[in-house]
Amino acid sequence: MSLLHLAILSPFLLALLVPIVYKYVRQIHTGWFVLFLPVLLFSYFFQFISETMGGHSVTKSISWIPSLGIDFTVKIDGLGLLFALLITGIGSLVVLYSIFYLAKDKEQLNTFYVYLLLFMGAMLGVVLSDNLIVLYTFWELTSFSSFLLIGYWYHKERSRYGAQKSMLITVLGGLSMLGGFVLLYLMTGTFRISEIINNAGDIFTSPLFIPAMLCILLGAFTKSAQFPFHIWLPDAMEAPTPVSAYLHSATMVKAGIYLVARLSPVFAPHSGLWLWLVAGVGLVTLLWGSFSAVKQTDLKGILAFSTVSQLGLIMSLLGVGAAALYYDHLDENIFIVATTAAVFHLINHATFKGSLFMVVGIVDHETGTRDIRKLGGLMHMMPITFTIAAIGTFSMAGLPPFNGFLSKEMFFTGMVRVLEMDIFNMQTWGFLFPMLAWIASIFTFIYSMILFFKTFTGKYKPAQLEKKPHEAPIGMLIPPVILASLVIIFGFFADSLLSDTLIAPAMASILPSLLNDSSKFFVEISYWHGFNIELMMTIGVIAVGTIAYLTFPKWKNIYKLFPEKRSINRLYDGSLELIQRSSNNFTNSYMNGFIRTYLVYIFIFFIGMLSITLSVKNALKITIDNAAPIGVYEAILAVIIAICAIAILFAKSRLTSIILLGSIGYTVALYFVLFRAPDLALTQLVIETVSVALFLLCFYHLPKINRKEERMGFRFTNALISVGVGVVITLIALSAHSNKLFDSISQYYIENTYEKAAGKNMVNVILVDFRGFDTMFEILVLGIAALGIFGMIKLRLTRRKDG
Amino acid sequence: MFEFILKISLIGISISILGLIYRVIKGPSVPDRVVALDAIGINLISMVAIVSILLNTHAFFEVILLIGILSFIGTVAFSKYLQKGVILERERDL
Repeated sequence: MSLLHLAILSPFLLALLVPIVYKYVRQIHTGWFVLFLPVLLFSYFFQFISETMGGHSVTKSISWIPSLGIDFTVKIDGLGLLFALLITGIGSLVVLYSIFYLAKDKEQLNTFYVYLLLFMGAMLGVVLSDNLIVLYTFWELTSFSSFLLIGYWYHKERSRYGAQKSMLITVLGGLSMLGGFVLLYLMTGTFRISEIINNAGDIFTSPLFIPAMLCILLGAFTKSAQFPFHIWLPDAMEAPTPVSAYLHSATMVKAGIYLVARLSPVFAPHSGLWLWLVAGVGLVTLLWGSFSAVKQTDLKGILAFSTVSQLGLIMSLLGVGAAALYYDHLDENIFIVATTAAVFHLINHATFKGSLFMVVGIVDHETGTRDIRKLGGLMHMMPITFTIAAIGTFSMAGLPPFNGFLSKEMFFTGMVRVLEMDIFNMQTWGFLFPMLAWIASIFTFIYSMILFFKTFTGKYKPAQLEKKPHEAPIGMLIPPVILASLVIIFGFFADSLLSDTLIAPAMASILPSLLNDSSKFFVEISYWHGFNIELMMTIGVIAVGTIAYLTFPKWKNIYKLFPEKRSINRLYDGSLELIQRSSNNFTNSYMNGFIRTYLVYIFIFFIGMLSITLSVKNALKITIDNAAPIGVYEAILAVIIAICAIAILFAKSRLTSIILLGSIGYTVALYFVLFRAPDLALTQLVIETVSVALFLLCFYHLPKINRKEERMGFRFTNALISVGVGVVITLIALSAHSNKLFDSISQYYIENTYEKAAGKNMVNVILVDFRGFDTMFEILVLGIAALGIFGMIKLRLTRRKDG
Repeated sequence: MFEFILKISLIGISISILGLIYRVIKGPSVPDRVVALDAIGINLISMVAIVSILLNTHAFFEVILLIGILSFIGTVAFSKYLQKGVILERERDL
């Protein structure tokens, strides 16, 4: 157990303490006790930057289940560290924000911080695990804790709906991802990610390669809310705003991005499908998310779809960047820039989206609504919030001088260079990539402007607001202010601050094969590239976006066409309902409550299985070589039994049936006599008498109304099944007798009954001596039966209650 | 010769059992059936006896005794049932 393991597990340990603190220290907001941990962890992880900058990585391992190759291996490299810093850094800010957002006396703070700490620990585990199974364990923990956090206000119906939806979708993806991991294990024989990356060259010919890739991608896409699995994210906005800011913008939804980035070296170098899928899905998500965001009226709805679209952007960049691995023979690898952009935008998005969510939370907190139709003119009342929102939205829209501009430019560069790929008809279809990216950026611009101007400018509508708006408390403002200042700092000093410390090491993890032992990626981020196509695209975005925003009320109606057609949500709801209804119908159709029907199933299965086995195994064989001759008395007894059995079927009254059954029993006793089994004959006679008496008892107590003396009805299926059972059993018995392979072991008993057990009656010696155990438990069975009958007769609780 | 006679008598007994079974099935009233069953029991006793001779063993003598007892108890129980509707009467003070 190293310090690194302790760092990952510390949130879980603190989560254990939170309820105790909450219970005994009620005067102080519980969040203050939680706050120190992410800060501590952030500074701890910050130290590793010097390590990863040099291209090294830190690996620590403790064994968990060594026999299965599952060890809790922690590896800090550039990518993991970047995510760990995001998680702990934004985690600290979110905890601080939540202290002021959640009231001490109204909310269940203990559960909130337990869930949040669970999530933080799980997320750290996801990004720092080097073992696939451990990664999966933490991955599911993030799903569960996210479920708990979304459903935090569990008395609200929408919260429960959102929590369930996100749970179903992310767990679906998580399970498929587990499948992918297992396939990877089958191909490489190890769960260690770093070893799998080293072996990646050997596995791309395996037939399991493509299924493993698809399974893992499904997991990544569902977690990162890619099209069409993005539908859970807007509904997850029912969570408290700190949760939305933390989970659904900065960390959890980037777990899928992390996974894609982490496993790119495994899949991308040998398969064009990977980059095609990742980039294509990312681009569709980008376009669809930005398009849908424009029509939202809820601030968090806009931000949710904006997150979806930005995640799509990062995903598409990772896809295009993976082309660098595919075309690694080129000297001047032009696709690397896409990966740089992806990592850079990942950081940028976390900063501005986190601050925007907090801004929205403040607006909600101070006005009582998040509906942009009710908001407006808040600029003068909330100047600080206004400033933060301006920085965040302009950065999101991709305007200079904020960091969003830089990553947007690099995004365009990456997309334009797709044109130079020469696989899958990239030259003809490739132009779609920059095209779609450009259109999506216009929509991004429009919704950013809507978010900003509709909230803070325009007419102030006091009548529609629940509270009198005023500036938020200072503690609530500190975290967004920090994030917004980061937006600006990264905007001006990105190159010097980020490129060597975080971006280059992260790229080294995503594109390891492009590096020699000592070389490093050279990341250059600058505002001015000269008059190139990217700049033109940005100017175009701003120009077209401004016009579109100003004329928005005129073309708003095109959205009225889409909601009816846009039915992924409806598809989800409908399919859930369909699954429930059809499984219900299916169960009702065969579970009809009649034992008769179930017996029919059982016997049909029985006949089917046995006859198929008989024919497939070619086991049907009837010889009479070792059959004994049939005596005349056996024949007569058989005729008697047959007559009685058939007569039972046609008996008019139940009494007749009982008597006939008795006579069959006695005839069987006679058979025992014939086949020299005196003990059996004795027992059979007594038992038969007793059971006939019991049948008569039952018969006598039948209720008067239903005591119709009528014949059993004839049903063709029943007749068919009963004949089938008889035939199959007869055939099996005959075949078994004809296929006798070994002699009986009874010779031993014959020789030793008197010698070793001191008895002359062999049956009884076997029962009590050679195989006395069976007898003991049969005695037990009789005892249980007797006690059961006694209990059933005496213990009539319901009747006693009535009386 | 002796064995042949035994077999003949076995077959005779069997035929009589078949006849009695016909009465058990057909028997217009319940007492008919009970009497037929009783007679089947007696026939079974003789059958077991003859079979014992044929098989040259005395292991089945207990069976003979048992059938006698059972057939008596059974017939008595049936008769009581037909007469009173119950077989075991409850004691008064229970």
